[in-house]
Amino acid sequence: MKNVIFAGVGGQGVILASKVLMEVAQKRGFDVKESEVHGMAQRGGSVDCNVRYGTEVFSPLIPKGGADFVVSLEMLESMRKIDYLKKDAVLIVNREQINPAPVEIGAMKYPEDIEEWLRKNFANTVVVDTTEALKEAGTKKALNIVMLGCLSKYLDFEMKDWEDAIKALVKEQFVEQNLKAFTLGRELIRL
Amino acid sequence: MSRQLMLGNEAIARGAWEAGCHVAAGYPGTPSTEILETISRDYRDIKAQWSPNEKVALEVAAGASVAGARSLSTMKHVGLNVAADPLFTFSYTGVNGGLVIINADDPGAWSSQNEQDNRHIARAAKLPMLEPSNPGEAKEFTKLAFELSEKYDRPVIIRITTRIAHSQGPVETGERGNVPLKDFVRDPKKYVMIPAHARPRHVFVEQQILKLKDYSSTSGLNKIEWRNKKRGIISNGVAYQYVREVCPDDSVLKIGMVWPLPDELIKEFASQVEELYVVEELDPFIEDYVKALGFKVKGKELIPICGELTPEIVDKALNGKDAEKVLPEYAGALPGRPPGLCKGCPHAFVFNVLKKLDVVVNGDIGCYTLGVLPPYSSMHSQGCMGASIGMHLGFEKARGDEMARHSVAVIGDSTFIHSGITALIDMVYNRGTGTVIIMDNRVTAMTGHQENPATGKTLMGDDTYELDLEMMVKACGVKRVVVIDPKNMEELEKVIKEEIAAPEPSVIMTRRKCILKK
Repeated sequence: MKNVIFAGVGGQGVILASKVLMEVAQKRGFDVKESEVHGMAQRGGSVDCNVRYGTEVFSPLIPKGGADFVVSLEMLESMRKIDYLKKDAVLIVNREQINPAPVEIGAMKYPEDIEEWLRKNFANTVVVDTTEALKEAGTKKALNIVMLGCLSKYLDFEMKDWEDAIKALVKEQFVEQNLKAFTLGRELIRL
Repeated sequence: MSRQLMLGNEAIARGAWEAGCHVAAGYPGTPSTEILETISRDYRDIKAQWSPNEKVALEVAAGASVAGARSLSTMKHVGLNVAADPLFTFSYTGVNGGLVIINADDPGAWSSQNEQDNRHIARAAKLPMLEPSNPGEAKEFTKLAFELSEKYDRPVIIRITTRIAHSQGPVETGERGNVPLKDFVRDPKKYVMIPAHARPRHVFVEQQILKLKDYSSTSGLNKIEWRNKKRGIISNGVAYQYVREVCPDDSVLKIGMVWPLPDELIKEFASQVEELYVVEELDPFIEDYVKALGFKVKGKELIPICGELTPEIVDKALNGKDAEKVLPEYAGALPGRPPGLCKGCPHAFVFNVLKKLDVVVNGDIGCYTLGVLPPYSSMHSQGCMGASIGMHLGFEKARGDEMARHSVAVIGDSTFIHSGITALIDMVYNRGTGTVIIMDNRVTAMTGHQENPATGKTLMGDDTYELDLEMMVKACGVKRVVVIDPKNMEELEKVIKEEIAAPEPSVIMTRRKCILKK
């Protein structure tokens, strides 16, 4: 069974990223379960999606210590998921910082040492800089799909599976842009 | 038949559609909202609507049922409190066309004001309650619920929780059943609950619940999965999935019908396992029942009563296993990321002014409840939909004019329509002199932008009469009514000061479209 957590800030599109992954896994014949956060969390709060696929999946939630991948669309949010990492998991983090409210109002500081700390304490930390890829994709909104592209390098699905899933789930006028974003994301990972 | 990935809420919409449901009514509330949204998007042959509140929604669905239609009503757990009045008596009248109520509980209070366990309501209202453990079951149980409703002449409640409602999984889809309307037969002894009719109906209700208790043991909704008999675990809903994941070798009695509970199955199961456990979220509902049947069982002494469960909580409780930590503790301080009002949110202008004026704010349910958090920190009471105005009047009754001159009530447009109107009538009727700010952002925003009677659109997208809120508050007897764009904060401050100072009831309508609304 594979366990993937997408983490981010409300509005970054973690649900779409997880939907594409689920679609691919389901097409490949896996049992799939997912859990997501709606409601209050959407007002700029922390959000996450748990995606699990395998022969038979019971819980829609990934237990602590059970994630094979954590894909975080924002620096700080990755830190909220470190308890979920398996020993041999891969942690993919977008090097973007979005100030949460306590930082915005000056009550707290945004921790500047996250990248360094993660690299030091977890060898399979992959921090990606998506700035150029997003410029090339033409929209910052494609971050979720860029990050999915990064993840895809570690998974055994065919490029065509991903393309089909993106076409099935993204509005027609945005398909091209998202396919491009996906490819750009793949290019960010050197294995 | 085909297999599709669906959200639990989408699966319920699908189940209602396949069951031939004709009418659906609800009020938005996380985690139930997507059910009616899915119907309005994908299953437009169901007449679906947002009602002003859950009570009305259930009454519309019940009316449709009596008139012969299969009907659905959807709401969150606290919404069922609002609808409890019709619920308890529609239990007596029963149904004509099947009536199914979707109740979405929120263990963990992800987006709710409490963690109430509505299994108690099924028991108290003497209604069958089904509880799916994944989206596939959510669809099947919904379909089945319509049949049960008609067969046993009971409204049927389906209880879901956040992790079912907002969890995706495979669903086997089928076609829509062709279910014609049933004849409407005038039958006052069944449908008009004067005491003389209610007493015999109560007898009927008790008979039906006994029949359903048998059904509960034989239907397959509750079922024993025999594995190792050293340990037997009774579990329901998503907790069942956690049990299966972390205790794969134990025998399980899976509860899919949480009321009435299956006495015979419980006895069969409990008497054959060496150690008996109940794993359930929130209250010891099943546990207490099993104890009352005379069995020794471990439950809440191991499983938390507060908050939602997770696989690792169950693993720790039942297997004593701690999750492996591969990273050390981070020594620094990680700032939280609480939800907040959006940049440019019209409510923010109002809270900035209220903060500056340092008045007591009686709040209500909506995005604007976030006014309690920094940087505004300007809310001092809040409890349920519509409470702000009644509480505001209570503050004045308790502490007199001085309090009324230094406080306001704030309430959103949809919440005002939901249950604020009657409280405003009370304020005028009982000679209150307070100031109510209706934060009119032209949409039911927090649950994801639903239409309401003041938006001029229905759930199905049709144009309709746009409720005139000014006329409404004037009709309640409020003479001082000011409509203002809150972005003009200087003017807003002046108006709030003036209206608070005035020794008579007043309403300030801060009208500006939600920043996220197109």
